[in-house]
Amino acid sequence: MIDVVVTGLGATTPLGGDTASTWDGLRSGKSGVVALTEEWVDRYDLPARIAAKLAVDPADSLKRVEARRWDRCEQVAVIAAREAWQHAGAPNVEPERLAVVIGTGIGGAITLLRQDDLLESAGMRKVSPLTIPMLMPNGPAAHVGLDLGARGGVHAPVAACASGAEALAIAWRMLRAGEVDVVVAGGAEACIVPITLAGFAQMRAMSTRNDEPERASRPFDIARDGFVLGEGAGVMVLERAEFAAARGAFVHGRLAGVGTSSDGHHITAPEPEGIGSGRAISAALRTAGLDKADIGHVNAHATATPVGDVAEAAAIRNAIGNHPVITAPKGALGHLLGAAGAVEGMACVLALRDGVVPPTLNLEDPDPGVQLDVVVGSAREVELHAAINDSFGFGGHNVALAFTRA
Amino acid sequence: MPVTNEEILDELAEIVNEVAGVETSEITLEKSFVDELDIDSLSMVEIAVQVEDRFGVKVPDDVLANLKTVGDAVDYVAKAT
Repeated sequence: MIDVVVTGLGATTPLGGDTASTWDGLRSGKSGVVALTEEWVDRYDLPARIAAKLAVDPADSLKRVEARRWDRCEQVAVIAAREAWQHAGAPNVEPERLAVVIGTGIGGAITLLRQDDLLESAGMRKVSPLTIPMLMPNGPAAHVGLDLGARGGVHAPVAACASGAEALAIAWRMLRAGEVDVVVAGGAEACIVPITLAGFAQMRAMSTRNDEPERASRPFDIARDGFVLGEGAGVMVLERAEFAAARGAFVHGRLAGVGTSSDGHHITAPEPEGIGSGRAISAALRTAGLDKADIGHVNAHATATPVGDVAEAAAIRNAIGNHPVITAPKGALGHLLGAAGAVEGMACVLALRDGVVPPTLNLEDPDPGVQLDVVVGSAREVELHAAINDSFGFGGHNVALAFTRA
Repeated sequence: MPVTNEEILDELAEIVNEVAGVETSEITLEKSFVDELDIDSLSMVEIAVQVEDRFGVKVPDDVLANLKTVGDAVDYVAKAT
């Protein structure tokens, strides 16, 4: 049996421009949600006027031409991947044994809109020849693959808000199958633009607590009114354990198992009893060879929508029990869509490594339908051996990742 | 408006620098866009559009395909203006 280890972490999020600052922000209960001040908020009379924007402008760490040629979604993917790669000690791996799996929910929305504006205002000649490579949803994966010279396969799972987690699941399966030795995997998203804010608002999926941005994202709270749109990227370096050991790599944690399922219920609404999501969690336990009792911590998907949070709580109670210590990081990070599962999976690895579960922001009055031990107020120190990270996406995609301590 | 080859080269170098990030000091007449300056076909299209705007000339695709060196481009613009 091939074990899969985590040897590198990289991120850029609303809490910080790298993994350390993001993790510090989560542990200390910082919020990444801010009021939107763009003129289009008024122009379109958008009901949701808040978002979790990147803490650090991607252009700060890219060459000017990189920033010019890459959509923002691709920029954050490469920034996170470069950090993860260096964090892993830049593994000396044959290009044919190195793969990349980076998912996104939306892809290059900003490019699509900007180029369409140019087409309308200035005509065909002004449309950039880079339009298609900038908007294609495999762009983030492709650019990371090029940056690292990966030739063992470049994949871009698209599963809405489960994309980042699905990328890690696919990476795990590739490593387990012995296809490659190292996979750089994660998710990226950058689509804080009027059309996404309008579209999600028309679904009534977004918080409109505009007067209190930091208090808007309220996972598991009775007064939750939807998610807060965020942007960012999270990338891990995953390796075959023997390969990592042979090169003397530091191991931060293990991706011990993965579970995926689909609801077969509705295009956007989660199955209310959490049956499909519970099956994903059970599958992750099974593939990891873990018992329910082993799971000390769950990093919940909990987007703060009314239906989703209680369905997930039911899934956790049924598939694991009510003993794990829970955190819902979207209270702080907002919802990073296709990057969420990857960034939150990283938080899971760090919680196991450091024995700390970050607080869930804005959980003041728990929904009675939750019935779980959710950390509030300040971070909780707890000895952990294994943890689950949940991610679910529109379309009924469910992904659960089982991590264990190094 | 008559322009000298030197002026064309300076402006072309600015365009190439903006589009592809090549240092302007590297952009000299004998250099090949693709082989020496490492400029891909997508960037060449962007450069052509900016050259058209800056100098008021047309750079059709069949012409663009034959502009191998910086000097070729300067000569073409000089004749077309």
